[in-house]
Amino acid sequence: MNRFLSQERLPVLITSVVAIAMFLIAGFKYDNFLTLRVFFNLFSDNAFLGIVAVGLTFVILTGGIDLSVGSMVGCSSIMLATLIRDSQVAPPLAVGIVLAFGCLIGLTQGFLIARFELQPFLVTLAGLFLCRGIALRISQQSVQIDHPLFDQWASFSIALPQKSSLSFAALLLFLVVGIGWYLSRLRPFGRAIYAIGGNRQSAELMGVPVRKTLIGAYVISGICAALGGVVFTLYTQSGNAVSGTGLELDAIAAVVIGGTLLRGGYGSVPGSLLGVCVLGIVQTAITFDGTLSSWWTKIVIGVLLLGFLLLQRWIESAALSRRALAPSGTN
Amino acid sequence: MKSMPSWIYALGALIFVLLFNAFATPGFFEINVLDGRLFGSVIDILNRVAPVALLSLGMTLVIATRGVDLSVGAVMAMSGAVAASLIARPEGNILLGLNFGDSVFLIVLAGLVTGLLCGLFNGLLVSRARIQPIVATLLLMVAGRGVAQLISDGQIITFSAPAFASIARGATLGMPNPFWIVVLFAAVILVLTRWTALGLFIESLGSNPIAARNVGINTGALLLFVYSVTGVCAGMAGMIAAADIQGADANNAGLYLELDAILAVSVGGTLLSGGRFSLVGTLIGAILMQTLTTTILTRGVAPELTLVVKALVVLAVCLLQSPTFLHMLRPKKVAA
Repeated sequence: MNRFLSQERLPVLITSVVAIAMFLIAGFKYDNFLTLRVFFNLFSDNAFLGIVAVGLTFVILTGGIDLSVGSMVGCSSIMLATLIRDSQVAPPLAVGIVLAFGCLIGLTQGFLIARFELQPFLVTLAGLFLCRGIALRISQQSVQIDHPLFDQWASFSIALPQKSSLSFAALLLFLVVGIGWYLSRLRPFGRAIYAIGGNRQSAELMGVPVRKTLIGAYVISGICAALGGVVFTLYTQSGNAVSGTGLELDAIAAVVIGGTLLRGGYGSVPGSLLGVCVLGIVQTAITFDGTLSSWWTKIVIGVLLLGFLLLQRWIESAALSRRALAPSGTN
Repeated sequence: MKSMPSWIYALGALIFVLLFNAFATPGFFEINVLDGRLFGSVIDILNRVAPVALLSLGMTLVIATRGVDLSVGAVMAMSGAVAASLIARPEGNILLGLNFGDSVFLIVLAGLVTGLLCGLFNGLLVSRARIQPIVATLLLMVAGRGVAQLISDGQIITFSAPAFASIARGATLGMPNPFWIVVLFAAVILVLTRWTALGLFIESLGSNPIAARNVGINTGALLLFVYSVTGVCAGMAGMIAAADIQGADANNAGLYLELDAILAVSVGGTLLSGGRFSLVGTLIGAILMQTLTTTILTRGVAPELTLVVKALVVLAVCLLQSPTFLHMLRPKKVAA
């Protein structure tokens, strides 16, 4: 049991150390970096990415992948804006419709993957095309939202000491992380997710409802991606069909850096939040520097991702060799 | 059933789309000769399909080894940025130390070497570090565009070099140059994989990696080889794209083309679970996708619908390759 704990906890531990170290180094280098304001803004600015990453964590834990999340963000953003502006739908209802759409796409993808045993990579690739196509079909121009209630949501924030604040988006992020943690750790559904990721055949033989659980994971991912789109729309107060392009990669990077193995079976929802923080710190530090161009973000994230992937491999092979060395009875 | 080539569905679909166009689109098969060069919808399809066709040739080999290369779009952006930097030599560019003058040969070589290096990087991650191909190549997909922007200093580098531009815009023997480039690459890869044992090695690695290693195939070197070939193909595709617009756009060059390439490979009958592959099928698949796009555009249908059509094609192909789905279909037919 202990070695599984270490295999699971070690990446998160290392990510925490890296995150704190990066925050401190950036704090020494740039004035006003080491403040509560910068810290809380990490959550406010990256809430959409965090929400998407939480949903994606469930899919990756099952050993799958969801490439459609980025275009789902764009699709829900433009859908929400069009519903509110052109169809005059009240914002809460519009959000409900958008989330239902995310749920539907997730359900379809999950059904195809679970029922017909199609490759998640390809099915969600089709989902990527489909969502972007629908989004562009709705409107190719960005759609401004001008609704008192929506403005209220967008400007709502809780004031905290040192002129810092938490926006509505950040609160939503914490709520989603909380629900995600509850589902993954305290519900049978969560245990089934880990079991499938660990070994699908064994899970099936043990009587885990594999198909239902897989579909559930993709539904969660779809809903989270749609909610991410809603949050993204809160920032810009307008819907845009091309928003979220390439977001799936950032989200996957956040999940991996957060310690979830892409093979499935190991990882955690709060870890993904930590991964989002690491990406956020990189971005904030590069903005603070001012002389570094924005493309350095991509390169640094790529290098970080490489480091964490090699680390994962090393931990896995270390665990394997330890298992091989152990007397056969303990296995 | 066994005697039918795996690309028969793709060929059937292509013939269907072409027949549809023959009746529905006036002048679709018309070919005009202008300045000793052929023009027409069909020629245009063969011209425009070149980048995706190149990418999918390499991708076929990678997929046959149970892998996938997501970085090809980003590699296109990088090789395009390298070529554009060497031609335009903008102030403060990091490649200013290299002066190849107007030599198209050296500039193309530089672009191909860029692709080769990217391919070697991917190959090493997959074969040495044993990282899953999706993830290993995702890395370069993320970081690659950053590197491309680093090379081009965040600018869209434009240039005016007729000799280089002719790679995409010129014509030889009546056909556009990109067509000949695809023919050349396809011929070389076909000869390498079908006239030597290489293709057999790749298929055995994809069918059963452990057995392949046990019979003495150097699987590491083989993986390195297929990813390098894909890198070189992507490098060439990047230069066609750069020559076509006479510029390098690090953000948009080759965007989403990796998906088109995977699509072309799977439509062409190569199973995504590895093993048997068909380069001819891949080329037919790529042409089918381009014909669909051109058809949608010439029919005046909203271009964003191409994405939806592609999505439905991917799903249809996946379902047709799924044993579970085919099994489900059979009893239904009996019942009916």
